[in-house]
Amino acid sequence: MKLRLRSLAVLPLCAALSACDMVVLNPAGDVAAQQRDLLVTSTWLMLLIIVPVMALTVIFAWRYRHNNREARYEPDWHHSMRLELVIWSMPLLIIICLGALTWLGSHLLDPYRPLDRLAPGKEIPEDMRTLQVEVVALDWKWLFIYPQYGVATVNEMTVPVNQPLSLRITASSVMNTFYAPHLAGMIYAMPSMETRLHGVLNSTGDSEGFSANYSGAGFSGMRFKVRSVDDNEFQRWIGMARAAQQSLTRDAYLQLAKPSEREPVRYFSAVDNQLFDLIVGMCVEPGKMCTHDMMALDERGGLGMAGIYNVARRSGDQPRAVFGADHSHVIGICAAPVVRTFEDDLLPQVDRSPLRGAGLPRPAPSRSGSLLADALDSSSSR
Amino acid sequence: MMQAEAPVLDPIFGRLSLAALPLHEPILVATFVAVAIGGIALLAGVTRYQLWGYLWREWITTIDHKRIGIMYMILGIIMLLRGFADAVMMRLQQMMAFGGSEGYLNAHHYDQIFTAHGVIMIFFVAMPLVTGLMNYIVPLQIGARDVAFPFLNNFSFWMTTAGAILVMFSLFVGEFARTGWLAYPPLSGIQYSPDVGVDYYIWALQIAGVGTLLSGVNLLATIIKMRAPGMTLMKMPVFTWTSLCTNVLIVAAFPVLTAVLVLLSLDRYVGTNFFTNDFGGNPMMYVNLIWIWGHPEVYILILPLFGVYSEVTSTFCGKKLFGYSSMVYATVVITILSYIVWLHHFFTMGSGASVNSFFGITTMIISIPTGAKIFNWLFTMYRGRIRFELPMMWTVAFMLTFVIGGMTGVLLAVPPADFVLHNSLFLIAHFHNVIIGGVLFGLFAGINYWFPKAFGFKLDKFWGTVSFWFWVIGFWVAFTPLYVLGLMGVTRRLRYFEDPSLQIWFQIAAVGAGLIAIGIGAMLVQFYVSFRKRKELLDTTGDPWDGRTLEWSTSSPPPAYNFAFTPIIHDGDAWWDMKQRGYQRPLGGFRAILMPANTGAGFVLAVLSTAFGFAMVWYMWWLAIASFIGIVGFTIYHTFNYKREFHLPLEYVVRAEEERTRMLATVRS
Amino acid sequence: MGHALTTEQAAARTLFYQADEHDHEAGGSTLLGFWIYLMSDCLVFAVLFATYGVVGGNYAAGPGPKDLFDLSLVALNTTMLLLSSMTYGFAMLSSYRNKVAATQAWLVVTGLFGAAFLAIELYEFAHMIHEGATPQRSAFLSAFFTLVGTHGLHVTFGIVWLITLLVQIGKHGLNRANARRLACLSLFWHFLDVIWIGVFTFVYLMGMLR
Repeated sequence: MKLRLRSLAVLPLCAALSACDMVVLNPAGDVAAQQRDLLVTSTWLMLLIIVPVMALTVIFAWRYRHNNREARYEPDWHHSMRLELVIWSMPLLIIICLGALTWLGSHLLDPYRPLDRLAPGKEIPEDMRTLQVEVVALDWKWLFIYPQYGVATVNEMTVPVNQPLSLRITASSVMNTFYAPHLAGMIYAMPSMETRLHGVLNSTGDSEGFSANYSGAGFSGMRFKVRSVDDNEFQRWIGMARAAQQSLTRDAYLQLAKPSEREPVRYFSAVDNQLFDLIVGMCVEPGKMCTHDMMALDERGGLGMAGIYNVARRSGDQPRAVFGADHSHVIGICAAPVVRTFEDDLLPQVDRSPLRGAGLPRPAPSRSGSLLADALDSSSSR
Repeated sequence: MMQAEAPVLDPIFGRLSLAALPLHEPILVATFVAVAIGGIALLAGVTRYQLWGYLWREWITTIDHKRIGIMYMILGIIMLLRGFADAVMMRLQQMMAFGGSEGYLNAHHYDQIFTAHGVIMIFFVAMPLVTGLMNYIVPLQIGARDVAFPFLNNFSFWMTTAGAILVMFSLFVGEFARTGWLAYPPLSGIQYSPDVGVDYYIWALQIAGVGTLLSGVNLLATIIKMRAPGMTLMKMPVFTWTSLCTNVLIVAAFPVLTAVLVLLSLDRYVGTNFFTNDFGGNPMMYVNLIWIWGHPEVYILILPLFGVYSEVTSTFCGKKLFGYSSMVYATVVITILSYIVWLHHFFTMGSGASVNSFFGITTMIISIPTGAKIFNWLFTMYRGRIRFELPMMWTVAFMLTFVIGGMTGVLLAVPPADFVLHNSLFLIAHFHNVIIGGVLFGLFAGINYWFPKAFGFKLDKFWGTVSFWFWVIGFWVAFTPLYVLGLMGVTRRLRYFEDPSLQIWFQIAAVGAGLIAIGIGAMLVQFYVSFRKRKELLDTTGDPWDGRTLEWSTSSPPPAYNFAFTPIIHDGDAWWDMKQRGYQRPLGGFRAILMPANTGAGFVLAVLSTAFGFAMVWYMWWLAIASFIGIVGFTIYHTFNYKREFHLPLEYVVRAEEERTRMLATVRS
Repeated sequence: MGHALTTEQAAARTLFYQADEHDHEAGGSTLLGFWIYLMSDCLVFAVLFATYGVVGGNYAAGPGPKDLFDLSLVALNTTMLLLSSMTYGFAMLSSYRNKVAATQAWLVVTGLFGAAFLAIELYEFAHMIHEGATPQRSAFLSAFFTLVGTHGLHVTFGIVWLITLLVQIGKHGLNRANARRLACLSLFWHFLDVIWIGVFTFVYLMGMLR
């Protein structure tokens, strides 16, 4: 029904122009579709009050025009408790409904929340694994790392259809936004921070993703291809990526991270399995202290006066503040091994859903068994 | 670009060199030539007609709130032309750049244009126009002779102008920021924006911000302390009420902007680590702080216009405003709520579902008092006798336009919906929908409403109507396509597009921009034609619309002292009440009136501040130090002037009042 | 027109106009205006405090409060400022009694205490920078120097204002304008004291406890 309502709202606008692809209103993924539904429902809810107001405005403006002497004129009528009550309670009622929808929607469609279904009425099979992708927004291109397969791509994200995706997202330098409209809503990609996104694509086909937050000169070309393929094709694709000549070592990443525009699609095999965490920690360059190490040290009160000079000198080509200091970064002292990625997915997920007190159904029960298998798979695949 | 090993700074010019002049950008060179010719012609004209002395005595040094108000309006309209030129360039670029074409603007230029458009439209168009309106009207509406701090008022205006001038400098000397109008770090940090653009941004906003803050303090004190006897809070005109709330917001929000820009400039100049990626900095703190200012800012802009709509509706419907007290409570509620919604500008940061829904719901709650206001205007029209003069036409257009903008706004407040629409052209369409449909339409209503008060003649209705229809239709033609494009997943600030099916929508939008251009043109023609026909359009009564509030009780334009006798208020619609009860204008018993004296101090301080800002942008340390010492020194010097008032002689008052008597007699006979 | 007012007209006039009003001397709103300004200034400090609250624990593997702060120095500092607030109070009391010389004397004492406060603060800053704990070293130090430094700048401007006012009182005595300015500076001075108590507690004491 919602679909029909949606087309009703949009058809008149689109009728004139056949090539109108309202991806936001017609996405291929379940999460994006639920977000669309919320959008459409909210619109209808608000139209309940907007339409009468607009109609009344026109009617009153016409009826009480100056030269219509038939209309009643009451210059001193300016108060009516009953009307006031209606005026305040009508919007209030609608906002209460909308507020309830918002509360439910925000929690159920929280990008951090693992999926509890593939599509309406379609549970996630017990043995289905979640595809993990690590996304890095670089200047000005996208890097996708597939930790379970040890491969990486630039500007192309290929995913198997009808399989849950779990994305970890960060950025190398400035803030971007990861947005694949067919998959799910957007979320910021921020340097030295990690955001999460869960989603699924329910039909095969190619579409586009892009950065939705201006990030500098090459921003307009910061687009990537989203390919949703069936399992066989996905396996074939992984095979192709694994056969790629280039491997993504830390050095190769540093080369890649240099600003460039409109990069062609590229594949990497043999990805350094700590790379994403190093990127989040801003410590891919050797000798740099990772932010998580730094935070751990700060938690214990820092390194004291001795820590002051534990900094590297700035190289000549970095811009610096005119009265700034000469140091460029803190030197790493004890390279604590990074705990393997996605470890939190291995924990039982029931308690992690942010639904406390809301009386909402919890996401599907833990599938830690299969996740463990995923982890094993990723290590055995290398 | 500042490159490699920190370049040696020139001791005189800092990092300013001939290379900073954009001689390689033909568009800018042509603009510069046009501006230079226009400027020289203007200066020559002023000299030719020996107007310098007049300008200095009567305008530049004036402390009359009415003249300062007019100057704010002129500043706003001039900057509107600049900001709109930016908009047209963007529309043309986005219309052209398809199918491998990069359009006619390179990234370096285009990125400056959309940043400048946002900054100028908010800080140097909407703010001056709103402040100007409040400055002119509020003292008149409360029966005061001037604002609480007349000198500060002059100083505030010139500081705002100084900020605008710095932004205009950046067009021809160096460049403007390429960061978007809120200059999010790390992009706006020294590492990713080492050029002067962000520095221009910072200093222009800081200098103008001083003006805005002081003008907020000033109007707040004015409204609290200087109301005519009998005017209790609940008898204040609605416009004064909304101005009061706006100034509360200014005083409580602009310091946050000042502080956050100080932190950003420390990062850029001293190399501190507030918003850097390294050394424990936190760029997201900037995003939070700037929106703690930014969200109240949009209410700073819209609230006074809600007041304008209230005044206009009530006047042109010939009725008391429906639900005055609920209008006041709604305004106060909006004022308070506007502080607890800022996070809705970045739901996509990943703050978690509970935080997001809290801010989403608070945002929606704001729509309740706003909706109540719309209903109040609606029921003011009900059983009224509506005269469709220009202000009322703008008001009805506002009501029909704004509700759509409000609806899309609430839509964006639903976090999951925002996830798919954030930063899209849908968002752009939304906020233009409320800012043009709410703020700008309100300003036009206000200008058409109060113009006869300020200048003594009405604005021409024909050209006003032409402008009205082109604006309103142009707005919808320009922004409906953006709503559609937003639903097609098109994001903002893009310079070129791959998908050719989008082009038609951008072409429609460009046509809309063209219609708006005609609307602006018609408005300028309206001013010109009205000036030519000023004899015909003359307002001899001081009350051309059969008004209800005090400003209509004095002559048009009002005398320097506003009211020969301070009025005593008995009713919310004070002037209406006076007319109803057959008041008599006093014809004798005048006395000399104590008035504040003109001073050039505000202008001098603003010039010094401009020099200081320019010097800081270009690292000309000697000039920065000299101008800073100048500012402090001159301020101290100014405080040694104890004679800031004079008595407006009795003869002057008597002459002005007799003139008014004569004017009124021409009406009666 | 022009003839004497009828009684009816006179009645209307008294109803709607103040017939015999006095001059509204400028400055009637000054204290309120200044108070509003102080509240806005308070918000600047609120932002700086909030910033310190957010990044104050980010030492970037460098020194923390315990390594840097010398509480006895800060206690001395605080004493100076509190005493200056007290002496300003005495200056105000003298001014109420219209004793110009006493007012001036107390103002000088206030200024000296203020200058001592600044000197100690500058010494502290210089010491820290000398040790290498510069504002650039970590977000914590950036926030610390900015918050404390902004307060210091305010004190500096307070002293400049105080000297100006001393000269003006010398020149014109305690006329109404000067009395008003004295009251404004008094508000400002005590305001800085209140802010300092916040700094002392939030930055120094809680920093040492962390």
